[in-house]
Amino acid sequence: MVIDCKHVWNNISGYLDGTLDPALLQQVQKHLEQCGICSAILDSTRNILILTADERVFELPLGYSDRLHARLEANIRGISPSPIGG
Amino acid sequence: MTMTQPLQGRDEAQMIASILAGDSQQFHQLIRPYERRLYVMALSMLRNEADAEDAAQEACLKAFRNLATFRADSKFGTWLVSITLNVARNRLRRNRLTQMESLDIPPEEQGHVSPALLRDWREVPSEVLERAEVRRTLQNAIVALPEIYREVFLLRDVEGLSIKEAAETLGVSEASVKVRLHRARTMLQKTLAPELKSLVPQKGRWFPWL
Repeated sequence: MVIDCKHVWNNISGYLDGTLDPALLQQVQKHLEQCGICSAILDSTRNILILTADERVFELPLGYSDRLHARLEANIRGISPSPIGG
Repeated sequence: MTMTQPLQGRDEAQMIASILAGDSQQFHQLIRPYERRLYVMALSMLRNEADAEDAAQEACLKAFRNLATFRADSKFGTWLVSITLNVARNRLRRNRLTQMESLDIPPEEQGHVSPALLRDWREVPSEVLERAEVRRTLQNAIVALPEIYREVFLLRDVEGLSIKEAAETLGVSEASVKVRLHRARTMLQKTLAPELKSLVPQKGRWFPWL
């Protein structure tokens, strides 16, 4: 069965995650081999996922961890979490 | 990038048992692998660094106080993120931003999102992230996603949670996570592909009429 571009777009996420069933995967792959636009959409999406997953995109503020643990320390030192229902 | 690696070999159930038995200092070690995730999730909701940091701190304190209610059949990390999201949502509500925010949310999983159409794509290397304006562009695009898509995208694609873990964290079905993730990725491709394309010389051309 031949599938159209929109059908491929709807399955790009599943294709990237490897969750398409074998028959659909084969159809999508066949389409991608022949369609420059859909393969560019796939490549750009994959590229964007790699870039957005980079830790540099969301940098932690300087001293974030130290301040977090200092506040925790000030609040939890010497006490235990409440028991259930306590 | 993901928190999977540092967690290997940790016995979180044992750590939690020790904390509940009185060794509260272990709580510092328990939350350490999740610090970054909490901040990123809070920042994406609150859109302000100082508020996000404070919300992450508040969430950790809340988690400590309520540790006895943690159910061992879920993962500590997903529980902690759920608390953080609740803290952030409460802050938004307090700031009367919730109503404005909800107007941005399209009906769930309805409508159609089309990607940006282009003929070819030359890979944009990670080195571009050295540029502050590129980092800002990516950050802004993620933060601009409607909340239900942003949460799923951050958990799955930025923090590396599995579909199942993301579903558990958000209290939605795995099918819903998959649909939201697909839409989030398509929205980001549509927004970012044209901007990133200009960073690297490309051959070919756009097809704006498609």
